[in-house]
Amino acid sequence: MSAGRFGYLTDAPASLLLAGVRVVDPADDSDAVRDLGIVDGRIADPGTVPSTAERIDGHGLVAAPGLCDLHAHLRDPGDGSAETISSGSRAAAHGGFTTVCAMPNTDPPTDGADRVAAIAARIADASCRVRVIGAVTVDRAGLALADLAAMTAAGAVAFSDDGGAVPSRALAADALQVLAGVDRALIEHAEDLGLAGAGVMRFGPTATRLGLPGWPPEAELAVVERDLALAEETGARVHLTHLSTAAALDAVRSAKARGVPVTCDVTPHHLALTDAWVGGDRTFAWDATGADQTEPSLAYHGDCRVNPPLAGRADALALLAGVADGSIDAIATDHAPHPASSKRVPFEEAAPGLIGLETALSVGVAAVDAGRLALPELIAALSTRPASIIGEPRGLAVGSIADVVVFDPQARWRVTAAALASAAANTPLLGMELPGVVRLTVAEGRVTYRG
Amino acid sequence: MTVDAPARTSPHRHLVDIDTWSRTEIEDLLSLAVEMRASRAARAHRSLLEAETVGLAFYEPSTRTRVSFELAAKALGATVVDLAVERSSAGKGESLVDTLRTLERTGVTTVVLRHSASGAPHLAVRETGLRVINAGDGMHAHPTQALLDALTLREAIGPLDGKLVAIVGDVAHSRVARSNLHALATLGVRLRVGGPSAWVAGFERWAGLEVATTLAAALDGADAVMALRVQTERAAADGIGSLDDHVRDWRLDETRMQRAAPDAPILHPGPTNEGIEITAALANGPRSLIGRQVENGVPVRMAVLARLAGLA
Repeated sequence: MSAGRFGYLTDAPASLLLAGVRVVDPADDSDAVRDLGIVDGRIADPGTVPSTAERIDGHGLVAAPGLCDLHAHLRDPGDGSAETISSGSRAAAHGGFTTVCAMPNTDPPTDGADRVAAIAARIADASCRVRVIGAVTVDRAGLALADLAAMTAAGAVAFSDDGGAVPSRALAADALQVLAGVDRALIEHAEDLGLAGAGVMRFGPTATRLGLPGWPPEAELAVVERDLALAEETGARVHLTHLSTAAALDAVRSAKARGVPVTCDVTPHHLALTDAWVGGDRTFAWDATGADQTEPSLAYHGDCRVNPPLAGRADALALLAGVADGSIDAIATDHAPHPASSKRVPFEEAAPGLIGLETALSVGVAAVDAGRLALPELIAALSTRPASIIGEPRGLAVGSIADVVVFDPQARWRVTAAALASAAANTPLLGMELPGVVRLTVAEGRVTYRG
Repeated sequence: MTVDAPARTSPHRHLVDIDTWSRTEIEDLLSLAVEMRASRAARAHRSLLEAETVGLAFYEPSTRTRVSFELAAKALGATVVDLAVERSSAGKGESLVDTLRTLERTGVTTVVLRHSASGAPHLAVRETGLRVINAGDGMHAHPTQALLDALTLREAIGPLDGKLVAIVGDVAHSRVARSNLHALATLGVRLRVGGPSAWVAGFERWAGLEVATTLAAALDGADAVMALRVQTERAAADGIGSLDDHVRDWRLDETRMQRAAPDAPILHPGPTNEGIEITAALANGPRSLIGRQVENGVPVRMAVLARLAGLA
């Protein structure tokens, strides 16, 4: 992928006219074919776009608010073998994302104000906004609370010990007490390690057949229920990330109905992929026919190892319904790049996680094509709703900073290592053809990607 | 059969699991194993695999499987190299794929792989050009054990179609159980598993399988019984109660075997914990096929090596 297709936040503000494009803006609930103007990096009345500005034929294209990822691992600072802010932000731009929230499990971890500031100082020339998520505990060790207020002052937009949950109820309660005062959410990777045990894939018939230790859904539900109770008691915001079970979603739904300040997200892979993929199946959850479509040569592939593990079809479809009805606030990628050497090992030894920044929109479009989501619901879950969770404005109102993705929902592309801007290629979607091709990404008024 | 007989083509280049083999393919393989037993005694086929170099890569301890593969390969004239994991670079932390690629570059054509991780042979197939024979991977599969068990059973109780076989013990952690469930079901056997609930968990959703939660129910009317090795360190971790409880509720003995069909034989993949999952009297008594299982290991593995190489 040529670097020339990418722009940077330090570039000059753009002026352009998108003519006859389907503009989907969840901010004002609009969905109409019209012209969309950008002048000097701001959304403008199309009539005011200078005649010298670039004009793009938007026929067949969709323009939407730039995508916002609440959950990505950019591995920076780190050894650079899997990803850097540079490569990860280009992957984001390629995928239509204009904001990426960077998880703190870096090396060293982002657990203090100085480290938040150090990242913030290095992201100015990235190809998307990078927002910093701070660690909840010192060294992410789950023992002592980090200085959450100081990190907030340094720019952290949320806090998480992602990779695991805050291990004890008492510590989580302490964290929420501080976070309530600074109006930041605790982003929880809900997993009870005791219940998860040695599980490396979701407990179920496929795990039984493959002889892999099963991960029980109770491992997620236990922490979700604990955190919902804490949010209810403290009034502080809890955001449950990468939900993978219908049971946890049901718990969130009923908590929301009681007015508990909770939000949640799901990954594209938990919507589309199932535990059958570990056995070599490569059909999306909504396409599964029950027939055995397993390809033995793809079984036990390290790229299907992820935490929480891929779930059964019923869970995936329940989560899709949760996105459609708004019970799930956001689709977040949990983009987790790993070098090939960490995946080219037996399944249970593979590093958990897969990349998602460049395929999230396409997987979502596939769900739309399958009739599981309406396009505006998909856009809202990828842009305006996650942005609101970190307090970032989103929407295409005239006068706002231009943050736009333009994509062709009909066109298709093949996922190959060469087609990816990420430094990593660990996704089981590799080799597959997906719908939805990003044509233009504009972040903070600058063109950051052209396809 | 003679060395000059036309080679039967097998669609299988590897033996990773037996679940992809058809009934005809399994039955042909067992017939070939019977021929191999005779040809081994007659020292025929001593150059059948002379072009092959077989690497034994055992990442877990093994006596029966490793020795029988080595003897099988040598009986067919193959060059055999034992990786001796603890003395090799694998012992220094070299990755499995790197080690296998090294074997391949040195001229090994077939790897016989034993590994503690389920799916390790799939990785070997994906990442190397080696012919891969699974000699046991984690909890997943042990296909040559299932083949020799099927041969042993067939020779003891006749045609297997419609027979009822009970597999008793720690089914959940057993690659032997899984491969036998596939192979025996393909051969028309009705199957039942029995064990403490933690050791049969998940198997209630295994297609066509009956799950028994008491030993009496597991054995009831069985035409043959397969005992599995109890990994004594695992019993506590899995919360199945004490070893004493297990012995009281699940140990096979001659009296309890009365529940099964008259003269129903007993199998065990070995090594046995006599007194834990099976009494010494039963393991060494007239019902026991344990010795026959070991004897069938070499001819079955000769048949597998020859068939996968397309030479028999």
